Amino acid sequence: MQFDTPATTNPIDRLKVVGQPIHRIDGQLKTTGRAMYAYEWNDPNVSYAYGYPVGAAIAKGRIKSMDVSDAKKAPGVLAVVTTLDVGELKKGNFNTAKLFGGDEVQHYHQAIAVVVAETFEQARAAAALVRVDYAEEKGVFDLGKAMDTAVKPEESQEPDTAVGDFDVAFTSAPVTLDETYTTPDQSHCMMEPHASIAAWNGDELTVWTSSQMIDWWRSDLATTLGIDKEKLHLMSPFIGGGFGGKLFLRADAVLAAFGAKEAGRPVKVALPRPLMPNNTTHRPATIQRVRIGADRDGRITAIAHQSWSGDLPGGGPETAVNQTRLLYAGANRMTAMRLAALDLPEGNAMRAPGEAPGLMALEIAIDEMAEKLGMDPVQFRILNDTQVDPENPERPFSQRNLIGCLEVGAERFGWNQRRGPGSRRDGNWLIGVGVAAAFRNNLLVPSGARVRLDREGIVTVETDMTDIGTGSYTIIAQTAAEMLGLPIEKVAVQLGDSRFPVSAGSGGQFGGNCSTAGVYAACVKLREAVAQKLGFNSDDVVFENGQVRSGNRAVLLAEAAGSDGLVGEDTIEWGDLSKTHQQSTFGAHFVEVGVDVATGESRIRRMLAVCAAGRILNPITARSQVIGAMTMGVGGALYEELAVDTRSGFFVNHDLAGYEVPVHADIPRQEVIFMEETDPMSSPMKAKGVGELGLCGVSAAIANAIYNATGIRVRRYPITLDKLIGGLPDVA
Amino acid sequence: MRAFTYERASSVEAAAKAAASNPEAKFIAGGTNLLDLMKLEIETPTHLIDVNDLGLDKIEPTQEGGLRIGALVRNTDLAAHKTVRRDYGLLSRALLAGASGQLRNKASTAGNLLQRTRCPYFYDTNQPCNKRQPGSGCSAIGGFSRQHAVVGTSEACIATNPSDMAIAMRALDAVVETVKGDGSRRAIPIADFHRLPGDTPYIETVLEAGEIITAVVLPPPIGGRQIYRKVRDRASYAFALVSVGAVIQPNGTGRIAVGGVAHKPWRVEAAEAELPTGVRAATGVLLADARPTEQNRFKVELVERTLAAVISEARG
Ligand SMILES: Cc1cc2nc3c(=O)[nH]c(=O)nc-3n(C[C@H](O)[C@H](O)[C@H](O)COP(=O)(O)OP(=O)(O)OC[C@H]3O[C@@H](n4cnc5c(N)ncnc54)[C@H](O)[C@@H]3O)c2cc1C
Ligand code: SF4
Repeated sequence: MQFDTPATTNPIDRLKVVGQPIHRIDGQLKTTGRAMYAYEWNDPNVSYAYGYPVGAAIAKGRIKSMDVSDAKKAPGVLAVVTTLDVGELKKGNFNTAKLFGGDEVQHYHQAIAVVVAETFEQARAAAALVRVDYAEEKGVFDLGKAMDTAVKPEESQEPDTAVGDFDVAFTSAPVTLDETYTTPDQSHCMMEPHASIAAWNGDELTVWTSSQMIDWWRSDLATTLGIDKEKLHLMSPFIGGGFGGKLFLRADAVLAAFGAKEAGRPVKVALPRPLMPNNTTHRPATIQRVRIGADRDGRITAIAHQSWSGDLPGGGPETAVNQTRLLYAGANRMTAMRLAALDLPEGNAMRAPGEAPGLMALEIAIDEMAEKLGMDPVQFRILNDTQVDPENPERPFSQRNLIGCLEVGAERFGWNQRRGPGSRRDGNWLIGVGVAAAFRNNLLVPSGARVRLDREGIVTVETDMTDIGTGSYTIIAQTAAEMLGLPIEKVAVQLGDSRFPVSAGSGGQFGGNCSTAGVYAACVKLREAVAQKLGFNSDDVVFENGQVRSGNRAVLLAEAAGSDGLVGEDTIEWGDLSKTHQQSTFGAHFVEVGVDVATGESRIRRMLAVCAAGRILNPITARSQVIGAMTMGVGGALYEELAVDTRSGFFVNHDLAGYEVPVHADIPRQEVIFMEETDPMSSPMKAKGVGELGLCGVSAAIANAIYNATGIRVRRYPITLDKLIGGLPDVA
Repeated sequence: MRAFTYERASSVEAAAKAAASNPEAKFIAGGTNLLDLMKLEIETPTHLIDVNDLGLDKIEPTQEGGLRIGALVRNTDLAAHKTVRRDYGLLSRALLAGASGQLRNKASTAGNLLQRTRCPYFYDTNQPCNKRQPGSGCSAIGGFSRQHAVVGTSEACIATNPSDMAIAMRALDAVVETVKGDGSRRAIPIADFHRLPGDTPYIETVLEAGEIITAVVLPPPIGGRQIYRKVRDRASYAFALVSVGAVIQPNGTGRIAVGGVAHKPWRVEAAEAELPTGVRAATGVLLADARPTEQNRFKVELVERTLAAVISEARG
């Protein structure tokens, strides 16, 4: 189905199932431990062997030799495969860093061997016996120092944009701000580690893995192994979180495949937690300069956002400036991204790549600017709202209700009780409130599905879409149920299997809208097949209450299916609506923090998010996405930072003890409000995404609240107590 | 993790004797620290002697009016014990500020005292670390050292002792009771128990090879306001950046032990004498020889501010 004209009324608008607060259909499997995650697949007739990875001990250089003789002799060992054994491998499309193969070490903890043994413990013990002789080379590890060497990234990234004359407008603006902000490297830290089981059958390979994007993985794994994609069967039905860390093929799958081939047995490989931050990808650190000029009544006349980030040679920039092209009005504007070559592990997508760190900077800058203007930051944002793409005023937003989010949020939060910086106190706590806008683009990716109707009247949806904890199973079932006039119990959903039609996958908050739109398209096909079989005129056919009706004829779906059943399959494809209309999601975050007056510890007291993001397909799963994202924003504001050892080039705090993410005690009351909105430009579902929107802006709202509490403006994330303590009131 | 043999000791003396005769043996109590370190091959004992079945899990009053805490009493049980809560509130609070409920259910009193540092370089066997591999160097000096010690450090090591419980024990003047391999017993004041790193950061206590801890004895209660204030980046389940354990008497005198700043629980009696003069004076003495790194300089001010908050809480 080509989606190239705005959606009109369709069966989804009935909202009998879609839009309803339905609990996850896979929830019981998960709470009872029966949902099988990648590493847990277990066929009692198969004797699995266990692979344990060895990570490089240097950040850059070459491997001169590897001695695996002791490892091979260790108890239970079946095979040892080293990066030298397999030689250079072709690199997949989506990775910057090599995953395995050859003598070059590009980053710390790069996979350089896998040891396969009868038990996990034997494999781990033997892995410690692998001895490696390196020729270490000097690397570049410090973004701050490498800034001057940064270059313009590829044109496809749109590194430089400009409209009007920023310099002139900025210089002549009566009120200006020019500040620099930094965000650190961050780790996804999903609960389930990257894990795969590989089983060869002749030249055919089956892999159970933990992947957000089945087809990307399948192509890249086939390329890496040098096998035909058709010979590769990938399954990833349950995923214990990904946050972008499982978008791209990882070393566990490659090691499992080589290990299994060598051992002649199916092999399980999971990345040990301490290997994950350096072996896989991370959100790269940024240095961002924001300049804003406004006239005295608060209208922005000039806005500029520049960002520097680093990555391995061949990598891309963190697109931290993107939201600034669209979020606020202003006739004169520019953005620029520069990319430094660093020898740290690969920087890549992490939840809301670009916008998450970009808004961490921009939304502090907006707060600072409002203060300079003597304006309320909510009012300042409202005043500078734009209903059209500021770079191209001909191009409207499909829907944009940032103002509504700010106004509803301010009202609900009690924003008018805000006082000046450092003026509220509750015992030992300095209290402050902060606000930030949330913004994330709506991306459209083709998505396919197959829908089968059987003679019992059960509909089964098959798509390679994944559920990374987001609720894909549930919203897909809701979509099929709505389209076919069935209760949700009559729908079964099968996901994450490369034998199913290729979907959008889970990423960029496009999965919810795109995958359900693909299911919509397949259901339209199935409805046509049913109508055709019954000889109904498909224009007046109604699917309702388990029946299909036309005129005064009504047939049970089960009956219509007949003994052979019926199938509909289609892929949603996208026309130009995202070009003619800017499609984005909006929100506002309000946060109250307390800062301990003696120690500078910052603790969140309450949080509110208001989102305008198209139709909400399921308010329960959507809310879960948003509160999870808000929680991640707390981590980003207050403590998440991969500490770089700039001498030896690696992230030092590479486990969950050293890299702190929020715990329950850090998260108080969280409230989420969804604005009424349907967006006919976005898809037949009229939905957009919320999973990343919920993170965008949160950290800046916290930073602004800390400023409001203390009068201390911290522009360097995370805002740990050492950055506050020097400015707090005397307590001695 | 390397392969190891395992025995369940039948008596304290047998355990100590077995350990003394095998330099590669280690005791195992709750295992919450030792097993993690073994998995990463930071600790590589070839033999484990399980001390859980030695009847060392009792809390009993002493003749002097104090409390004898068996080495195997779990952190959860110790924190919840009636007498501890009534008379040694500092200890109870320090315990509850540490780790998580699940860990405290397993963690033992002796194991807690002997837990090893959380220096991230100590945990990464690719990196030089004098504590893990004597003579290899200290990666934290000049590296990521935000968590590290500011006082009592050496050129060889700037790691901290991460225990919360030990801070309370130090302020309460606990005594560690042990049995050596030859069956002899000794009582070690907690002040002498942990060592500074010096040139031998891998030697962390004065325990001899095979010496087993049987109990930790608390002297009779000293009253006062007993406060444990743990300062950390997140609200729970994190090691202290700085912690202050204090017993403050109504007349303003008191005892102060500080965590997160040194290789051992940090207490300087001369600093306590300055308390009546003021927090700044007391901190000045307490951290007189502080040699912080660029990254952990904030701890000096943080100790002073936290101490000030504790003192004002004690008075309030
Ligand atoms: C995730 C995590 C978070 C934590 N957070 C904190 C925290 O915030 N604050 C804190 O204070 N602690 C914290 N801890 C540490 C925890 O308190 C210790 O792991 C625990 O107290 C160790 O006790 P155990 O009985 O398990 O010791 P084990 O691991 O069994 O042993 C530790 C050491 O003591 C030796 N040993 C044990 N018993 C004896 C004995 N009777 N005689 C002689 N030697 C003995 C062992 O040989 C070993 O060397 C945390 C631990 C983890 C894993
Ligand atoms: S501080 Fe101590 S434990 Fe840490 S690296 Fe240095 S020597 Fe090792």
